[in-house]
Amino acid sequence: MSRLTPVSGPHTHAQISIQRIMLTVMLALTPVTCYGIYLYGWPALNLFIITLVSAVIVEALCLYIGKRPMKQGLGDGSGILSAWLVALTLPPWAPWWIAVVASICAILLGKQVFGGLGQNVFNPAMLARVIILISFPVQMTTWVNPQPMFSEQDPGFIAGLNVTFNNETVDWDSISTASPLGYLKTELTLDRNVAAIMTETPDWQSSLMGVTAGSMGETSAVLILLGGILLLMKRIISWHGPVAMLATVTVIAALFHQANPEHYAPAQFHLLNGALMLAAFFIITDPVTSPNTAKGQIVFGIGCGLLMYIIRTWGSYPEAIGFAVLLMNCFTPLIDHYLRPRIYGRNRKGQPLAIQQRDQEEQS
Amino acid sequence: MKFFSFKGGVHPEGNKTPTTSEAIQSFPLPARLYVPLQQHIGAPAKPVVEVGQTVLKGELIAASQGNVSAAVHAPSSGTVIEIAEHQAPHPSGLPVVCIIIETDGRDQWIEHSGETDPWRLSEKLIAQRISDAGIVGLGGATFPSALKFNLGLKQQVKTLVINGAECEPYLTSDDRLMQERTGKLIDGIRIMMLGMSASEAIIAIEDNKPQALKIMSAAAESYPELKVLKVPTRYPMGSEKHLVYTVTGKEIPAGKLAADIGIMVHNVGTAYAVYEAIFEGKPLVSRIVTISGGAVNQPRNLEVPFGTLVSNLIDYCGGLKQTPERLLMGGPLMGLVIPGLDVPIIKGSNGIVALTKDELKVKQQSACIRCSRCVSACPCGLVPLEMAANIKAGNFDRAVEYGVKDCISCGSCAYVCPANIPLVHFFNYAKGELVARQKAKQQQEYTAELAKQRQARMAEVEKQRAAAKAKALAAKKAREAAKQQQEAAQS
Repeated sequence: MSRLTPVSGPHTHAQISIQRIMLTVMLALTPVTCYGIYLYGWPALNLFIITLVSAVIVEALCLYIGKRPMKQGLGDGSGILSAWLVALTLPPWAPWWIAVVASICAILLGKQVFGGLGQNVFNPAMLARVIILISFPVQMTTWVNPQPMFSEQDPGFIAGLNVTFNNETVDWDSISTASPLGYLKTELTLDRNVAAIMTETPDWQSSLMGVTAGSMGETSAVLILLGGILLLMKRIISWHGPVAMLATVTVIAALFHQANPEHYAPAQFHLLNGALMLAAFFIITDPVTSPNTAKGQIVFGIGCGLLMYIIRTWGSYPEAIGFAVLLMNCFTPLIDHYLRPRIYGRNRKGQPLAIQQRDQEEQS
Repeated sequence: MKFFSFKGGVHPEGNKTPTTSEAIQSFPLPARLYVPLQQHIGAPAKPVVEVGQTVLKGELIAASQGNVSAAVHAPSSGTVIEIAEHQAPHPSGLPVVCIIIETDGRDQWIEHSGETDPWRLSEKLIAQRISDAGIVGLGGATFPSALKFNLGLKQQVKTLVINGAECEPYLTSDDRLMQERTGKLIDGIRIMMLGMSASEAIIAIEDNKPQALKIMSAAAESYPELKVLKVPTRYPMGSEKHLVYTVTGKEIPAGKLAADIGIMVHNVGTAYAVYEAIFEGKPLVSRIVTISGGAVNQPRNLEVPFGTLVSNLIDYCGGLKQTPERLLMGGPLMGLVIPGLDVPIIKGSNGIVALTKDELKVKQQSACIRCSRCVSACPCGLVPLEMAANIKAGNFDRAVEYGVKDCISCGSCAYVCPANIPLVHFFNYAKGELVARQKAKQQQEYTAELAKQRQARMAEVEKQRAAAKAKALAAKKAREAAKQQQEAAQS
């Protein structure tokens, strides 16, 4: 027998790998992605493919320049997943170059400049979204109502290519519309009351099913929840972050709505519109940029929810997830520093536990 | 009876089925036994036999020396043919001094007899018998048991916890022992209680051993001071810290021993060895070993004399199906890689596991994604990912802050790591490095202290010299003065 490596145990391993984690997350995203592509037609599919392909090219380039193993770097699927999440936050009818720039931002600035997988401070998808939202506000806030594939409104494959690659020629005035969150924001600045605005935004059933204007990841809360449940069942994510975030938004939105229904939208409006559901299950559960412990994840979730509500309500951007997540990402190291698990046999401060006086115990 | 649930832990595949119904078989005597002098924690035993001497089974061949050590007895009758180095059952493959015995095939015991009335033995005498029998912790830690008994007495241990968890996959030796030698085991546990004047004993058995649980519960029923506790199957249940918590709800404070909180843990195998020593007067010369793993043709439980080479056992189990990807002494979570089949079975060998590539599931290592599965899996509340990152950067102090000194090397973290990072390897390296640094620091301090002492000594010498000089000067002056006086008087 050949000389064996004197390696430490364990000499067996759970059936888990990074690739498997990434693939499971992609599987969980598949229903909402397919539904989004169906809702917004060919342009959405084009944009999705462009985002993913450009991400792979950017990542391959980075790995080549950094002289890092190509097969492992591309094969783990982390870059594709980041790009997938970016694609879900883009306006489905955005021009092709938006997708390319977003991918470059996500992979190059979001991940590779920090040293690749596991090293980044900020969530790549959210970083990319925020950069392009600030840089290209017009393209990033031009939404269309659903025009499902194979329905009467479906522009068709050729017209779809036109939307993606020759974006300027589209007659935007006739088709563009505001997202529910954007509409609320604009109308509130006109001093209208919430109840009246609510009658003009999609009802909660449509928001739940996602038949509203928005990005693919903002459509069906139900399908995202389904994906989230799959991840929870497969133990890819834990419930702490998502529940903390959703509960925070629900409570704070309900409180403000209760206090002043004229001015603050009800909780279900906040829960079902925008990318909150996507963020709760797929963004703030990103292992790299979220805290290590259950307690830390709860704090992180609460922080994300709170910041999101504050920016949505009093900030100048109607959709606030990106900013909220990036801000909380900054706090992740701090949260990890203060919320460590208690070590066996030690107190919270790390000092050994005191030995109880046994004799006294027995006497009493 | 209820149990307390510790945080973390993992559920590896049990893989106990191949041997769980394999009754303990006695092993045909090998032609040669390679009995290492060091089979325990502490100083190696000192040989008391000479080459060419014939020995009987159970005869003392190496005596305990120093504070922490254990005696070694001849595992069978025969002739000592050599006292020489042989490859140790350790990953390093370094040699260890062995007494090599050529067996005569008669397996003849030395004259021995059990205590006539064991229940009236004093605590001190029980510890003495255990020491004489060369008994060490058979769960794998191999700490000399007699020392533990004395410590238990000193610390007034009230609760004896008997570890029948056997949480390592593949191994079933303790399970079989509990099923087949129940009565003797129970008596062993009771005499242990007497030996440390404990008032209760709790036998903890994982719920994946229903047979052992049933049989042990039935046997313990007539003794109110014995309790059998069914504990959940969760690795590392058999770790002393975690078993104590599971059974009593108490944590052993960092840097302390279970005895400090009035508890002592012994393995079932040790309890059985204690029975044999006290009731039958037999020293520890053999143990039950599980031979298993996908690469072994006929997995078995064997009662093996110490010094038997692993190759003899594998041959008896029908040989190997294929070249094992990794050969282990112990289970797949904490077992040690052994360098080959040519190493002897020692007191701490609870199993030989020959793993195939499929069982090993080794994948390529990749980057840490901070998924914190290791944090949830760690039963000690440590942050393995930060520890590994800091050790990698040579930042040992930070690693200590995250708990590397509290790590029990159970491997739960590495088991669940999706990036296949050899976390335990990092931690073991760091622990070694920390000990080395500590030693270097002590050495430095000692040198500084010596230098200081020398300085003081030299100063003293200087002072004495100066004083002597002054004295001599004064004497000279006095002499001269006296001389002058004398001269003056004469003149």
